Amino acid sequence: MIVIFGIFLLTLLVITAVAIVRTDNLFVAVMLMGIASLLIAANFFLLDAADVALTEAAVGAGISTVLFLGALALTSERERAKSSNRLLSFIVVAAAALILIYATFDKPRFGDPEAPVQTHVAPWYLEKTPEYIDIPNVVTAVLGSFRGYDTLGEVFVVFTAGIGVLFLLSGGKATGAVPEDKINEGLRHHLIPRVVGRVLIPFILLFGLYVQFHGEYGPGGGFQAGAIIAAAIILFALLEGEKRALSVLPERVLLGLMACGPLLYGAVGLAGILLGGNFLDYSVLSSDPVKGQQLGILLIEAGVGITVTGVLLAIFHAFAARGR
Amino acid sequence: MELLGLYNYWVFAVLLMIGFYAVVAKRNLVKKLIGLSLFQSAVFLLYITMGKVEGGTAPIFPEAGAAVFSNPLPQVLILTAIVVGISTTALGLGIVVRVKEEYGSIEEHEIQEIDER
Repeated sequence: MIVIFGIFLLTLLVITAVAIVRTDNLFVAVMLMGIASLLIAANFFLLDAADVALTEAAVGAGISTVLFLGALALTSERERAKSSNRLLSFIVVAAAALILIYATFDKPRFGDPEAPVQTHVAPWYLEKTPEYIDIPNVVTAVLGSFRGYDTLGEVFVVFTAGIGVLFLLSGGKATGAVPEDKINEGLRHHLIPRVVGRVLIPFILLFGLYVQFHGEYGPGGGFQAGAIIAAAIILFALLEGEKRALSVLPERVLLGLMACGPLLYGAVGLAGILLGGNFLDYSVLSSDPVKGQQLGILLIEAGVGITVTGVLLAIFHAFAARGR
Repeated sequence: MELLGLYNYWVFAVLLMIGFYAVVAKRNLVKKLIGLSLFQSAVFLLYITMGKVEGGTAPIFPEAGAAVFSNPLPQVLILTAIVVGISTTALGLGIVVRVKEEYGSIEEHEIQEIDER
């Protein structure tokens, strides 16, 4: 039954993707991207990836849509030109798709427990997590502790991208594409979005904090929580106007948050060295190695959450400020 | 039924190529970025599909009892890749906005014409 549901979702996904490419209205394409993200998130959930589903739903269907719309407001909503070399591109793409599909016949069947990917290192992580770290969510354990270096790298990539957007969009003159009062007003005169938003925003923030601090025990963690909290504040900015959102969280604070996260993460790593262990070795943070691991994961997840919130909000405000 | 086990991989291949088509054939820069996002989603789907184990559940230990778990490693990779993906997409959109400001257009051939002048 679940298999059939999965096939249904994936078929819808392909149809949505075709519609995204065919439409020449970019606004429609962005909205359809949101639907595609939601479909793929639902499918991740069926594939047992609860953490990934949560992230995709918050990032793909929420924040990505807002950023694309922000960019559309500054550029144009319609594609003017016809595609170039449609036939040639189609032939190349179709041929590549056929080769890829031909290659899939050598792949292990869906859900095969004997597939090489399941028998190599994965059992080690599943077996050792209770012993070394003793938290229920193996994904968080691998993300925060076993592969802590990779996650530190990812945090720096997010941080760098945030700085890049600020460099690109904060210099020079703004376009003035969006009238000033429209930015400051937001949707304040629209009763229904405003009332619904006011009711929802505190709960979204609460859910974000829950996802942040419950990440060791259930699906969640810093990446998801950062995206959810940023989404709540972006919703506030859309409803109440950008000016009010900036008076709650001024740009200086956002820049501070962006920098704080990687610093906190790095500081936890250095603390490990100072206490006689290796970089990002949390076992030495407490007299009991397992407690030390849990403390370390809690701290670096906080660092991740702070960075992601700060970067996403700073990017949003950079796009919004450009229209003034 | 045997072949149905490959359906996820076929969707991966088709989705990947739909995204790639938008990147190579479309002239609008925002549309190219949308295509790139689709391409990226297809790769996510491939990784998560490979981690699925028949009869398995999410790799979170239950309070009591044993269970079969799906592979946590692809999930960790993709979890971080999604957030990095949105950051890089935002960077791309930032560049598109600057291109629009400098050239007054986000259509590839019009930008090239202005450059050749």
